Amino acid sequence: MNDTAMYTPQISFEPLASASLRRRLLLPVGAVAMSLVLCSGLVMLAGTNPLNAYLIMFKAALGGKVQLTETLAKSAPMMLTGLAALVAFRARFWNIGGEGQLLAGAMLAAYVGGLSTLPAWSLIPLMVIGGFVAGGLLAIVPALLKTTFKVDDVVATLMLNFIVFFAMTALLSGPWKDSTTGWPDSPDIRSAAEFPVLLRATRLHLGVLIAVIAVAVVWLVLKRSTLGFSIDAVGANARAAHHGGMNVTRVIVTAAAISGGLAGLAGVGEVGGIHYQVMASISPGYGFSGLVVAMLARLEPVGVIPAAIFLAAITAGADEMSRQTGVPVYLADVIQGVALLSMLVALLFLDRRLRIHWRSAESKVSLP
Amino acid sequence: MVQDQPLVEMIGITKRFGDVVANRDVNLQVKQGEVLGLLGENGAGKTTLMNILFGMYRPDGGNIRIGGTPVIIRNPADAIALGIGMVHQHAQVVDRHTVAENLLVGLPGKGLELDLGRVTARLAEIGRDYGLELAPNRLVGELGVGEKQRLDIVKALFRGARVLILDEPTSVLTPGQAEGLFKAIRALTADGVSVIFISHKLNEVRAITDRVVIMRRGAVVARLPNDAALTNARMAELMCGHDLKPVTGRGSPPGRPMLQARGIVPRRLAPAGRAGIDLTIAAGEIVGLAGVSGNGQVELAEAMAGVEPAVLGSIAIAGRDVERPSARSMRGLGVAYIPEDRMGAGLIGALPLATNLALPRIREAPFSRHGMLDRAAIRTFAERQIEAYDIRPPDPGIRVGLLSGGNQQKAIVARELAFDPIVLIIAQPTRGLDVAASELVHRELVRLRAKGCAVLLISDDLDEIAQLADRIVVIYEGALVYETDAERADLRAVGLAMTGGGGSGARHRSLSAVARAHGT
Repeated sequence: MNDTAMYTPQISFEPLASASLRRRLLLPVGAVAMSLVLCSGLVMLAGTNPLNAYLIMFKAALGGKVQLTETLAKSAPMMLTGLAALVAFRARFWNIGGEGQLLAGAMLAAYVGGLSTLPAWSLIPLMVIGGFVAGGLLAIVPALLKTTFKVDDVVATLMLNFIVFFAMTALLSGPWKDSTTGWPDSPDIRSAAEFPVLLRATRLHLGVLIAVIAVAVVWLVLKRSTLGFSIDAVGANARAAHHGGMNVTRVIVTAAAISGGLAGLAGVGEVGGIHYQVMASISPGYGFSGLVVAMLARLEPVGVIPAAIFLAAITAGADEMSRQTGVPVYLADVIQGVALLSMLVALLFLDRRLRIHWRSAESKVSLP
Repeated sequence: MVQDQPLVEMIGITKRFGDVVANRDVNLQVKQGEVLGLLGENGAGKTTLMNILFGMYRPDGGNIRIGGTPVIIRNPADAIALGIGMVHQHAQVVDRHTVAENLLVGLPGKGLELDLGRVTARLAEIGRDYGLELAPNRLVGELGVGEKQRLDIVKALFRGARVLILDEPTSVLTPGQAEGLFKAIRALTADGVSVIFISHKLNEVRAITDRVVIMRRGAVVARLPNDAALTNARMAELMCGHDLKPVTGRGSPPGRPMLQARGIVPRRLAPAGRAGIDLTIAAGEIVGLAGVSGNGQVELAEAMAGVEPAVLGSIAIAGRDVERPSARSMRGLGVAYIPEDRMGAGLIGALPLATNLALPRIREAPFSRHGMLDRAAIRTFAERQIEAYDIRPPDPGIRVGLLSGGNQQKAIVARELAFDPIVLIIAQPTRGLDVAASELVHRELVRLRAKGCAVLLISDDLDEIAQLADRIVVIYEGALVYETDAERADLRAVGLAMTGGGGSGARHRSLSAVARAHGT
């Protein structure tokens, strides 16, 4: 027999003692790179050089002060919905309802921001607090359904998105319909309710700062507080947490409330910082992008910032790339989806490695 | 096949996991028709070696021969094709199928054809030849632990096993059931089947094996024939490298009642609507709760620990009635509970050792203040407990799931005993633990008793109960059916009561169905 033919690869997964820092940092980067490589096939199908397309995207998203601030403004709601998903997921509460919670926060902000009876200085604080509460209350409902009646949280939170969206549409085409134009847009908020910009002549608004502060606060709560520890404990092993004397129901409901509140804040930022009103298209699926952000961040609060900026940059850059090269703008959505899948695969390698042995196959027989 | 030619040869097997060498140049031979005892402490590498033979892991070095022919075993299917069968501690069977249907799983079949008639005939044949009788149409969920294990063995034989690996097969059996298993093993070996018998119970090893191989730290340290020179002490010494004395001794006369359960009806046993369980344990007393697993031990323990409060009855701790028992309130009163399912209900595998150790009191000073964790205090506490209980590796930051079974048990014992409980409920404290770790746990129980703690020791291992308890009670089908002073105990009577032979067992039939439906 031919000598070389007797060597066969043997592939196995082997556990590592711990996930090194290098692995933790490199895996998301690798997943993102892999998604760009995989998607370059689609770009080529559209008849464009992928490198050229990505370069245009990069420039359009990050290549100047205006582009950069626009991308950052776009990343703010994704940071918040990413945090929302992350807090819930760590408690094993599968909150897929970020989109609905975002809309609830947006509606409340639009309502409060338009109230002429309130003093001007109180508008922004009340919008922020109210938006958080609105999103939080919306998330508590499926959490209570889960803890008391064992209703599936994925289904309950997902379905609530539609309920909230169509309730909002009803509101927009009814009581809130713009009386002058007849468009289904809510009335504008008062000018005192508009978020100040952080940098003149840009749309880098207060909401971006709020998002970054939220990252810091969530980090502090998850990593340093007993509540954060309880959330991790319940998520990792609810039975052991219960045996240890924790109130599992209360921890899940609290995590859900924080999660929904953070998603609600994303809606507040869109109303207060960008649109100054609510309309049906206020969120291009930020609630769902948050799920991708949370996974790319590996459920680590700080990771949310680069993950959200990455997704925002792709979305922001896709428009320009589409204009210049003819590659459909939907490529951005494809990249987002492929990045999520790449990350899920990459997570397998966090504390494991693939080993390939080359060894001779003496004889692969079964005995008689 | 030549008689002297070993049936299985593992030659120079080496296996590493990262920096840990689980098997170092191990040679193992199994002859046809012999029972080979494979001994060693937890982490000695027995299971890794057997997993390599069964195709679950690939060795980094060395090779395997079967009947003299070199083979590569890539997965369990390869192993099965080579005539190797493995019976795990917990039976790998499908509860919702019948015995015959379970035997069809994995059989080399022809398409979708289910030849139940042939299965039934072969089952009867095996039952007759080896004393492994099973009714083909029984639902597996209704079988007891011993019968399920028998089914697992029969399943391996169905697939043509000529070498049977039995991993701690008696840890879930009563003494009577174990005797039945031994009869079957003798019949099998008489027929030329080889058996690799892994056990921590040295008496059984001496009773059933032809020779033993002892492993320590990944390597074989001794190969001995099972003759008069083979004593428990010698085996224990070889396994852990130094000699050990079993912990025994009775406590001083018990003090006042610390745990009083009156008319307890655990939630999952409730539908039977029978009189509840009464049990009192005094300060400085170890009460051993004996019984075959699945007879309500878990339910009773969880009710008394407040984890799953009873629907009826009352509990008093140190003479005071507990108004609303819960896991938290019972802990607050000084009741510690160490469940048998350590990783499921005790520890949180994904979290570090340090926070696992502090878990029950993490919301109190010094571990936290104003809702914020004091990580230095948690770490200091963890380091102290790690040293006191010799948890290895001594790294407060390691994920608990990565510790060995013995060290996980040490961790949970270290946690629950850290704050001097006045009542301790401990289930299967040494299941799966090696001699040294078992001894440590036993010493802790005796030390606690001396300090006046009331201990409820739940164990399937009658020897363990006889060794430590002051009083033995037997649970059968959700009721306490027998009670005896440990000093004057007749272990045969206890064993009989465990299997319902105490005369009063038949009355509780209805309960048993409930207990079993929720059993482990």
